[in-house]
Amino acid sequence: MADDVQKSIVLDFTYTTDTYDQFTQAEIYGKAITKMAEDNKDIVVLTSDMTRSNKTGDFKKTFPERFFNFGIAEANMFAASAGMAVCGKIPFVTTFAVFASLRCAEMIRTDIAYPNLPVRIIATHAGLSQGNGGTTHHSTEDIAILRSMANMTVIVPADSIETGKAVMATATLPGPVYIRIGRALEPMAYPDDNYDYQIGKAVIMRDYGKDAAVIACGVAVKAACDAADELKEKGVKIRVVNMHTIKPLDIDALMKAARDTGKIVTAEEHSIVGGLAGAVSEALTEAGVAVKFKRLGVPDIFSAIGYPDELYARYKINKNGIAETVKDIVS
Amino acid sequence: MHKKDSKSRDQLLDYLDDKAEWLRREIIRLSSIAGGAHLGGGLSMADVIVAVYYYAMNLKQGDPTWADRDRFILSKGHGAVAYCPVLADQGFFSPDWLNTFNNLDSPFGMHPDMKKIPGCDMSTGSLGHGLSVAVGMALTARLDKKSWRVFVLMGDGEINEGMVWEAAPAASHFKLGNIVAIIDRNTLSLDGPTEEIMAIEPIAKRWEAFGWRVFDIDGHDMGALVDTLDKLPPSSDPTPTLIVARTVKGKGVDFMENNPIWHYAGLDKAKSAEALTCIGNCRPKRRT
Repeated sequence: MADDVQKSIVLDFTYTTDTYDQFTQAEIYGKAITKMAEDNKDIVVLTSDMTRSNKTGDFKKTFPERFFNFGIAEANMFAASAGMAVCGKIPFVTTFAVFASLRCAEMIRTDIAYPNLPVRIIATHAGLSQGNGGTTHHSTEDIAILRSMANMTVIVPADSIETGKAVMATATLPGPVYIRIGRALEPMAYPDDNYDYQIGKAVIMRDYGKDAAVIACGVAVKAACDAADELKEKGVKIRVVNMHTIKPLDIDALMKAARDTGKIVTAEEHSIVGGLAGAVSEALTEAGVAVKFKRLGVPDIFSAIGYPDELYARYKINKNGIAETVKDIVS
Repeated sequence: MHKKDSKSRDQLLDYLDDKAEWLRREIIRLSSIAGGAHLGGGLSMADVIVAVYYYAMNLKQGDPTWADRDRFILSKGHGAVAYCPVLADQGFFSPDWLNTFNNLDSPFGMHPDMKKIPGCDMSTGSLGHGLSVAVGMALTARLDKKSWRVFVLMGDGEINEGMVWEAAPAASHFKLGNIVAIIDRNTLSLDGPTEEIMAIEPIAKRWEAFGWRVFDIDGHDMGALVDTLDKLPPSSDPTPTLIVARTVKGKGVDFMENNPIWHYAGLDKAKSAEALTCIGNCRPKRRT
C-alpha cells in the first residue's frame, strides 16, 4: 500500500514492512554501518572470516581500507579492536554471539570494558537462532555474561527495524556496547520504523490491560505481541514491554508494569539464569515489589538441536508458550 | 638528556646505565611502599625499558597525550613497578604520586591502568593480550597515515599464551613493520624454568617462521640494545620486528638473580638496604 511507503529515518532507503522483511537483522546492521561510516571516518569494521555470515560485505565494498578480516582468531580480533579504539577509532566487531561472549569474554572485559572503550560488539546468530547448528553454536549465556561487565551496554533488538535503530543510536555512546541479533528472517515486531528508539528506554508494544505483563526481548517480543493479541480475544488483557536494552534496564517501565499488573512473565531467547529474567528479578527484589513471576527461556540445561521455531516452542518463547504461561499466571 | 643532545656514544650509554640503575633503586623503594612487588621480572626488564623510553621512543616530555607519540604496551603488566617510575620521569605525572603504590585507591597497583596513569597507553595485566592490542594500534597508525611505532614488551613465559600466536601472524599478514615487540627472556616464569614448564625455544626460529625480523641480543648490554634499536626499519616497513632480550631474572640484586622465589616478594628494611648495595655494586663500569 502506498501509505506504507516511507523514507526510513535510519537507513535512508525507501522501505515498507515488506521491504524490511526481506532483510535479516545482520543485513540491516551491514546497511546501517555503511550509512554511518559515510559521515564518521573513524568507523572501522572487524570480522573473523565471517563477512558473508555477518553481512558486512556492503561496508567492505564501500570502505575497503576500513575493513579488517582477522581470520578465525576472534580473541586477537577483540583485543586488536581495543587497540584501535584507544587510538580514536570506533570499531564494529562482528562475530557469532557464542564466540564473542564465551571465547572472548576476557578480551571484552579486560581490554574493552575496563578501559571503557567505544567498541561496538555486534553478536550475530545469538540465542537459538543457529537451530540445528547445535548447542555449540547456541548462545544462551551471553546476556548474563555481558551485563555483568561494568561499563557495558547490552541491547537485544526485537527485529530488523530495531536493529537498525539500535546500531545508529550507538553513534554518540562513549563506552562499549553489545548488540545481540539473530540469524535469519525473524518476523517483524514493529509495523514500521516510525517510533522513537532510545537506548535504555523500553517500548510498550501492547497495552490491553492489567491482567499481566510480559517483559520480553529479541524474538520473544513478536511472540509476546501475538500472544497478547490472541489472549485479548479470550478476555485476558495484558501489557507487552519490549525491554530491548537489558543494561541499563528501564526500571521505570518495569516498576510500572509490576505495580499495574502484579504478574510478570519474562521471555527471552537465553538461559533463564542471569539474562533478562535475572535483571528483572534483581530490580523487582531490590525495590521490594512482590509479583507473581515466571521466567521463560532455556531452563538450566543445554539446549536441544532442532530448527529455531521448534526450539522456541520447546522452551515456550513462541506465541503459544507465552499465551499458556500468561493464562497460568493469571488463573 | 636524550639521544639528540648526547655528545658521544659513551656518554649516551653512561646516561642510560644511570637511568637503569636509578630505575632498579626505584623498584626496591616502591616495593617497600607497596608491601611487595614483582621484583624478579621488574629488575630483568629495567635495561630494556630504559633503552626504549629514553633512547628509541619519540615522545614529548610532559605531554602524555601527544597524538604522534610512539606507543608502548607493557604486555607483561606485572612489570608495572618498573614501568610507572619511567612514566613519572618522562614528566607525565608527579613522581610523588608513586608514593601511594598499591595503597587503597592509588593509581598504581601491580598492573597498570591507562585510565589512572597518565602516559600509560593500555591497561594490561592478563598475559598474552598486548601484542593483539599492538596490532590494533599499528593498523590505526597505518589507516591514519602516521609514522609512529608501537613498542610492546612481553614476558617470556607469556608467549605460552595462545593469543600471542594469533597476533604474531596478524602483524606480518597486515604488514605491520611499525610494531616492535620485545621479549624479556629471563628464562624463568612463576614455577621455574620456562624450558621445563612449557618450552618456548627456539624463539627466533618460531617468530621468523611467522614472518618477523628477529634480533637476539643481551638485554642487559646497553650498547647492544642501542645498536639494535638503531637498526629498526622505518615504520613504513612491512615486516614487524621482535627483539629477544636475553636477561637475568632479578638482575642487579645478586641474591635474587635466577631465583624464581623473587618473582613476587616483599623486602624488610635490611633486605632493602642489601638490595640497594647490590644494585650499586652491579652497575656497569662507567665509560667516561
